[in-house]
Amino acid sequence: MTDITSASGAPNPKRTTLLVAASLKRRRRKQARLKWIGLGAIGVAFLMLIILVGSLVSSGWQAFTQTHVTLEVYVDPAEVPLDRLPRGGFDDVLGASLGKMLPEADMSKRAVAKSVERILSNGAQFKLRDMVVADPKLIGQTLTMTVPVSDPFDQLNKNLIDRNTPEQHRRVKDPEIGYFDAIKAQGAISKPFNWALFTNADSRFPELAGLKGALAGTFWALLTCFVISFPLGIGAAIYLEEFAPKNKLSDFIEVNINNLAAVPSVVFGLLALAVFIGWFGLPRSAPFVGGLTLALMTMPTIIIATRAALKAVPPSIREAALGLGASKQQVVFQHVLPLAMPGVMTGTIIGLAQALGETAPLLLIGMNAFITSAASSPFDSATALPTQIFIWADSPERGFVSRTSAAILILLGFLVAMNAVAIYLRQKFENKW
Amino acid sequence: MTALPFLLLILATLAGYLLNRMAAGAIRANGARLHSMISYHGMFAALMVLVPVLTMILLWLVFEGPIIDRMVMSGLPDGVLDGRGTGAVQLVLAEIKSISRGQIFGTPEDWKIAAAHNYAALRTQSDWWMIAVVAAVSLAIIGFARSRVTAEFRARQGVERIVSGLMIFCSTVAVFTTVGIIVSLSYETLRFLDRVPLSEFLFGTNWEPQIPLREDQIAAEGAFGWLPVILGTMVITVVALFVAIPVGLLSAIYLNEFAPRKLRAVIKPVLEILAGVPTVVYGFFAVLVVAPAIRDLGQSIGIDVAPNTALAAGGVMGIMLVPFISSFADDALSAVPSSLRDAALGLGSTRAEMMTTVLFPAAIPGIVGGVLLAVSRAIGETMIVVMAAGLIAKMTINPLDSVTTVTVQIVTLLIGDTSFDNPKTLAAFALGMMLFLVTLMINVFALRIVRKYREAYD
Repeated sequence: MTDITSASGAPNPKRTTLLVAASLKRRRRKQARLKWIGLGAIGVAFLMLIILVGSLVSSGWQAFTQTHVTLEVYVDPAEVPLDRLPRGGFDDVLGASLGKMLPEADMSKRAVAKSVERILSNGAQFKLRDMVVADPKLIGQTLTMTVPVSDPFDQLNKNLIDRNTPEQHRRVKDPEIGYFDAIKAQGAISKPFNWALFTNADSRFPELAGLKGALAGTFWALLTCFVISFPLGIGAAIYLEEFAPKNKLSDFIEVNINNLAAVPSVVFGLLALAVFIGWFGLPRSAPFVGGLTLALMTMPTIIIATRAALKAVPPSIREAALGLGASKQQVVFQHVLPLAMPGVMTGTIIGLAQALGETAPLLLIGMNAFITSAASSPFDSATALPTQIFIWADSPERGFVSRTSAAILILLGFLVAMNAVAIYLRQKFENKW
Repeated sequence: MTALPFLLLILATLAGYLLNRMAAGAIRANGARLHSMISYHGMFAALMVLVPVLTMILLWLVFEGPIIDRMVMSGLPDGVLDGRGTGAVQLVLAEIKSISRGQIFGTPEDWKIAAAHNYAALRTQSDWWMIAVVAAVSLAIIGFARSRVTAEFRARQGVERIVSGLMIFCSTVAVFTTVGIIVSLSYETLRFLDRVPLSEFLFGTNWEPQIPLREDQIAAEGAFGWLPVILGTMVITVVALFVAIPVGLLSAIYLNEFAPRKLRAVIKPVLEILAGVPTVVYGFFAVLVVAPAIRDLGQSIGIDVAPNTALAAGGVMGIMLVPFISSFADDALSAVPSSLRDAALGLGSTRAEMMTTVLFPAAIPGIVGGVLLAVSRAIGETMIVVMAAGLIAKMTINPLDSVTTVTVQIVTLLIGDTSFDNPKTLAAFALGMMLFLVTLMINVFALRIVRKYREAYD
């Protein structure tokens, strides 16, 4: 020790200050650099979120409107004879009505007539058919109808098809564009809000496809999920938090719940497929089975949130109730649980929001079927919102790209709403002890 | 028809409640002192009815279907099912059921119509039996519960015992779920291993799960070596971590040490939004935006990029994992005792030096735990890779190539109609078993690290 002291001598305080001052600038720069890199990392994450939402909005907003054409339809008794209803040449009736608006198109040529008919959605003839079947007196009359146009022309009207691309690379040919523009010049084309997106079920034709079936399926699945996971989760949480003896069994259950929360969702799908569908024989594609599966996945979330909420209730409440002669269960069910309820509800809503976005387990139990009617009970076949997004994302038609984005925006809207309710509940009812 | 037993159950529960409550009230009105409040007497009867009868109805509904199916199938005339596989037998059953619902396509054989009548009759019988049994059991229990009402009867203790039993049942559901996962996966995996030897599955380098649909079809026999699949999973996981770890850790460092309080209050929830976006949305984002962008970039610098590269799937998965890693790292940094922080600052280090030389190293165990949990997430993540990664299993570690993952294979093997008797379907369960085991091991290990480290500083 003495050697060292004698060698370097007593430290010169002035020299140390100089040394530190000299390096301080460099060190401060380093600090600023770390700070900026950190901010940059957050910036990257934000940028990704912005690109994600931006790309969805820019491709999805178009799907919230749908091009329609208004036309005078003469229900020709030659094409639609009364005695053949509900069959009849409704498509030809509509094509002829459209042809009347296009004097330059020679409707006697088959090819021309076909390409004029192509402007109308396939759903138009069914709409007309349903109207005529409901009221056969319409045969022989002329009525004004507003019907959707088919997907390529919808895209053309929304400027999603570049008119300058060479004709062979375009989905609409030059004469068809001419017909469409002629109709548009007569003011018959409108672009109202696309209610069909909410009131129609799935369809092979993008212009007719809607989310009604998916929303119904999601509703039934989430209802089942809630009805099962809410009581089970609260019961389990109360037992583990308030009553369970501290022993190996309780530890085991607790470890189990924590592990269950981290099991990949696709494994729950396998469980549902093997046990609920394979062994119990429950119906495939049913929202009930989906809800059951989601309930198993949501339960750990509810348990963990409920336990945290129960823990937050101060012991003074329990002691006061116990001191007045309440039994342990009376304390919990009449005092602690009601006070913990906002926390429980918040956790439940967040759990349900997670369940709303789950896709993989629902795919495995067959909720990705092509179903053109909305489920009216949890045992009917149905799709769910996320699986519908998956189906549409896989569809080759261009029109489904913007519908997929629109469906995603609706899904995100639901998630934001649920989380907002959760946050509101937490802030409104949170007790400060 | 199925609503009727439930309606009966509700009525019986209400009846039991009211009967016992009134009986107890009558005793009290006669001047006797009751041990329990009258509402507990009512509750006792209600729970006594509700719990067993509800269990009975649910069990009945679950087992009714398979039992009736079996009875119908065994009642078929001899020989009609000879030479049909399980899939064909299922079809016959489905046809019989649809005939019994009145949906007749073509002209079914007479024995099918007879079986359909048999099926419908058995269904109605079963429904009536259930209603009868529900009514009888409910009445018996109501009678029993009513007979227990005395001034001394400890109704509250009875209710609390039942409630306590119900709560214990609730908490064991998690255990049952785990057991269900293990049993179902093992069962199907063992059936898979009957057809494909374990050594081929674990060490085979070929994954071609096509199987011939007809006897005479010329198709590959099917190869079930999972190595290329797990390799593809690892490639995508590594790509994801390359994005998620730097971004996640650096944002955690900034949030923990440098961010002003107000900014932190904004940044944290926005990062949470990234975590809350459903994975199917990320998958669509990868297909719609990221994959074309990477392909264009590759073309502009002259590299051949596959349309569904591991890079796109992994990169988007990385974005998904950023908030996961950053919140774990933030927690780990906050858990380091402030004495370490204060000591480093007191010795004159800048906050950056304190972070890189003291706080960060001290938090490393917790951060490693978080990263491991992120790895297990990435391995188990399904929708992003199903939509954005490839289907063909290749032994490659090139992130610009198209690779497949365990979860992609599970989903593609099981999508559509599946029957449980071919190696293709069973292979999905074998993969699921491996996925479950791998993620379980990582999770257990990670949680142990996190917990141990937390205790060390507590």
